[in-house]
Amino acid sequence: MSGMRTLTFDAIVVGGGGAGLRAALQLTESGVKTACISKVFPTRSHTVSAQGGITCAIASDDPQDDWRWHMYDTVKGSDYIGDQDAIEYMCSVGPRAVYELDHMGLPFSRTREGRIYQRPFGGQSKNYGEGGQAARTCAAADRTGHALLHTLYQANLKSQTVFLNEWYAVDLVTNARQQVTGVLALCIETGEVVYIKARATVLATGGAGRIYASTTNALINTGDGVGMSLRAGFMAQDMEMWQFHPTGIYGAGVLVTEGCRGEGGYLVNGEGERFMDRYAPNARDLASRDVVSRSMILEILEGRGAGPNKDHVLLKLDHLGEETLTKRLPGICELSKTFAHVDPAREPVPVVPTCHYMMGGIPTSVEGQALMQDDAGQQIGVDGLYACGEAACVSVHGANRLGGNSLLDLVVFGRAVGLHIRDRLAEESESLAASDTDIEAAMARLNRLEATESGESVADLRHELQNVMQLSFGVFREEKAMLEGLEKLRSLKERIAHVHLEDKSRAFNTARIEALELDNLFEVAFATAFSALERKESRGAHARNDYPDRDDENWLKHSLYFPKQQRVGKRDVNFSPEKVASFPPKMRSY
Amino acid sequence: MDVQVSVYRYNPERDDVPRMQDMTVAVPDGKDLMVLDVLERLKAQDPTLTYRRSCREGVCGSDGMNIGGTNGLACVTPLSEALKKGRLVLRPLPGLPVIRDLVVDMSLFYRQYEKVRPWLINDTAPPAQERLQSPEEREQLDGLYECILCACCSTSCPSFWWNPDRFVGPAGLLQAYRFLADSRDTAASERLSALQDPFSVFRCRGIMNCVNVCPKGLNPTRAIGHIRTMLLRRGI
Ligand SMILES: Cc1cc2nc3c(=O)[nH]c(=O)nc-3n(C[C@H](O)[C@H](O)[C@H](O)COP(=O)(O)OP(=O)(O)OC[C@H]3O[C@@H](n4cnc5c(N)ncnc54)[C@H](O)[C@@H]3O)c2cc1C
Ligand code: SF4
Ligand code: SF4
Repeated sequence: MSGMRTLTFDAIVVGGGGAGLRAALQLTESGVKTACISKVFPTRSHTVSAQGGITCAIASDDPQDDWRWHMYDTVKGSDYIGDQDAIEYMCSVGPRAVYELDHMGLPFSRTREGRIYQRPFGGQSKNYGEGGQAARTCAAADRTGHALLHTLYQANLKSQTVFLNEWYAVDLVTNARQQVTGVLALCIETGEVVYIKARATVLATGGAGRIYASTTNALINTGDGVGMSLRAGFMAQDMEMWQFHPTGIYGAGVLVTEGCRGEGGYLVNGEGERFMDRYAPNARDLASRDVVSRSMILEILEGRGAGPNKDHVLLKLDHLGEETLTKRLPGICELSKTFAHVDPAREPVPVVPTCHYMMGGIPTSVEGQALMQDDAGQQIGVDGLYACGEAACVSVHGANRLGGNSLLDLVVFGRAVGLHIRDRLAEESESLAASDTDIEAAMARLNRLEATESGESVADLRHELQNVMQLSFGVFREEKAMLEGLEKLRSLKERIAHVHLEDKSRAFNTARIEALELDNLFEVAFATAFSALERKESRGAHARNDYPDRDDENWLKHSLYFPKQQRVGKRDVNFSPEKVASFPPKMRSY
Repeated sequence: MDVQVSVYRYNPERDDVPRMQDMTVAVPDGKDLMVLDVLERLKAQDPTLTYRRSCREGVCGSDGMNIGGTNGLACVTPLSEALKKGRLVLRPLPGLPVIRDLVVDMSLFYRQYEKVRPWLINDTAPPAQERLQSPEEREQLDGLYECILCACCSTSCPSFWWNPDRFVGPAGLLQAYRFLADSRDTAASERLSALQDPFSVFRCRGIMNCVNVCPKGLNPTRAIGHIRTMLLRRGI
């Protein structure tokens, strides 16, 4: 490309959240020439918002704790479509990854013995579900994500990772052999567009909660990595699986952690009844998130909601006492006062289920390499492309993620992808080449926006898209509403293709970034719609009124969305862990 | 209800000098929006309006700006508190170069942060598990580690305005002390040596602007006081 600069690295990591920073750290420390690019300064990534903690069997709260129990809970939590080889890897390597965080300086809360403090979270058990509630979530007060993200950024500063902060990755550059040779990126401050070439490209771009109108996610969570990968023609997995968190603050969407219930808080309906007793007699308020969210919606639908419109329920915390609240949940007190105008030490917090986490994403091997299918339908790795964190679907969360398992996923698989790329690069030094035409193809969206003279605004189209998803693809789903939703998305596709970028200036043009993000929101939403329609059963977070039961015969499978054909296929779930016997599917109750 | 907003505008490609622009925005009655919500509404009217934002809940530190004369985070500042005589006045954080509108170049601020070597240093080989730390030792880090690097403090500090290259500033010093106070860190002596000059710490005049604006309720002045004491004690 004439005039365009090329920057060359061995590896580039797109994303400066927990997953991207952990990957970049591993790569830099291994001597791989790495750049980490992030659309915001790294500590402003969404990981900073994580509150409750990182779940891992470090046996601090209970000396008998065992990673196999954690594995059992995770498999069950996933409603049996989490891959057991990946879950085994995460749960068994987890303690090492968490200790490394302590050694880097993460300010974990502590027990009397000086060990890392662990709190109970939903879906946790001892002894394969037989030994009662476990406390396995390692916490730094209720600011674990902040502490983790800052610690990882600091460790990268120490290791002198190269950062390209406030750079926006526009699209993957792929060649005729479907190899990924790098990304096209835009320096937000100057508007310069650059081809960043690398032997390995890692997408660690996080989630896409912003496809919904109501979400706990940051404004920047627009699914850019998944969007880029879909546009490049690669498949996405389990995109129908979206977690709705039970306790988003009513009206604001801001999250209050499950740790509130871990510390002893509980939910009550408009009549003051502790209703989870009826839905999950054993685990009660600490049942898995999909279960609690559905129970809340049922309470509201049956007229037992709280408030003048009976459209939410209440999280009661005052009985924990001021001291526990300020010591263990200081951030929650702050958020409740700011966004719900209540002091949890005195009044309950109004909450509703709110879109929180994308279980699906870019399918990868346990080492983090992105997967595609060859002509014969066999799974093969995409040369040059890797993914980790919320953008990836490795899959450890299956149909429902357990609280605290995402932060663990970030550090375990961020680390794993770094180790793997180091080994790969040591073996093969051949660099992947892209032609000028390949690079020009990645410029398509920028060129399109540059040429617009009229059309609808980004804000309006985004708003419409979010409402469609909220109405048709929420906690409860059924065919008719989903088909209507899909039709609306199809018409939005056309309109988004003609969106108008009024401001063509170069320096710090956030309007251009938002227009680019809108395409990604759309890609993710579209894949979600197709996958949700195709999975004709209820499993984990995917609850269908028209197919209320789990169907293991046909759907003990991952769904795969193929963007070019707009078709959904299936993929087998892994039931072959190495060190333990596999956990066969059982009825899931809490 | 209509709100009058006066906002600092500067686009380096179009404007020779910055200007204040008056804008009007409709906000719902009976609901107290945050300043960030107002900005999002303004941006829907005029997409060229530029500011940073990410988490919209006061933990990412992106949207530090000068709101009605005081530095703060747009996403957690209620409009009702921000209105002065019925007007909302928004300017970029003072003292740093403006890139565009409300977006400032934070390089100097980050450089001061990096200067204090904000990472744990411990020369002993790590144990197979975590390094033990008592709850009391851990408590020493409360009020320090929570910093979100929003720069509200340093850009309200006159000493930082005059010497942004040599005075570390409240945010950087808070982090310097965060590692000095960590029982797992073994580099206190090197850390102090690196700060022992007339500028890095001693430019602080105890004006306390930093404490007054910190959206996380942190107290850099106190941390600076602790560092001073440690430095002076070493001097003896
Ligand atoms: C409010 C809240 C609380 C949570 N609490 C917990 C918890 O207690 N425990 C737990 O385990 N999980 C929790 N989660 C989930 C967890 O925080 C996230 O899943 C996780 O942080 C995602 O990390 P990530 O590194 O994959 O992505 P992110 O942290 O979202 O980072 C994405 C990165 O990619 C960059 N990026 C994206 N697109 C581009 C682009 N186009 N170009 C350049 N850069 C780009 C961004 O700048 C950012 O640096 C919580 C989630 C929420 C919403
Ligand atoms: S107390 Fe020191 S650091 Fe804080 S504003 Fe005043 S001079 Fe600046
Ligand atoms: S000390 Fe407070 S004001 Fe200063 S950067 Fe940190 S959070 Fe912001």
